[in-house]
Amino acid sequence: MKRFTLFLALFIIWLLLVYNRPYDTVAFKQNLFIGFIVSLFIGIYLGDLIPERVYKFYSPVRIFNFLIYLPVFFWYVILANLDVAYRVLHPRLPIRPGIVKVKTKIKSDTGRVALANSITLTPGTLSVDMVGDTIFVHWIYVRSEDVEEATKIIVKRFERYLMKIFD
Amino acid sequence: MREMISFILMGIGVAFNLLGCIGLIRLPDLYNRLQASTKCVTLGTIFIMVGVLVYSGWNAIGIKALLTLVFILITAPTAAHALARGAHKSGVKLWKKSVCDKYEEEKK
Repeated sequence: MKRFTLFLALFIIWLLLVYNRPYDTVAFKQNLFIGFIVSLFIGIYLGDLIPERVYKFYSPVRIFNFLIYLPVFFWYVILANLDVAYRVLHPRLPIRPGIVKVKTKIKSDTGRVALANSITLTPGTLSVDMVGDTIFVHWIYVRSEDVEEATKIIVKRFERYLMKIFD
Repeated sequence: MREMISFILMGIGVAFNLLGCIGLIRLPDLYNRLQASTKCVTLGTIFIMVGVLVYSGWNAIGIKALLTLVFILITAPTAAHALARGAHKSGVKLWKKSVCDKYEEEKK
């Protein structure tokens, strides 16, 4: 299953890279053939790198939840950029930076990586390191140094979506 | 019409990239600068790529722009995390007016 997933992902990316019309040229068929062989080999030999329980990616409910998450995520990305624009263009630089500690309830590694990446791209926060279920977050305007409070502000807005996708 | 839309999208993208660069100059320390540059450059590049996609339509160029967009969205935050973590481990100090550093306390 793991090997098949890696093969499929690589082959789809390859197909998108060499996509060109018309389809029935010799060059396109050669591309297709080489891509198939290479992704098959990489899939067989490096399939172990893919996370355990990869069958989750084929669940329609999770894919649906992911599609719900995308607009929420993009909304926060745009908010983050307006926030940065405000802080950068303000004459007195309204920043109050610091590194705070937050906890997450997400269990799976992939989910935690997704959470850390989401935290980095959203308003005023940058994940510096993750130790177990603790994420250290650099915050450009610290509103609370308390772990509970910071978790409520930074993590909660993504956690419930990501838990439905990855846990 | 399609050209117009794509030029507007690319213009927004360049504007966000510019904001990121201003942040890079104005903010005081490495971590704050990483914040500004990562966020603004990611969204700016996404806008430019969507502009390219709208301009060229659904062909070889447009699909490559779409792929670039997805990879940037995954790799930019990861790279920012690696830079911040590496800088902290090798002893880069936070700005002197920073309010707290829980990471430093944890390391002791």
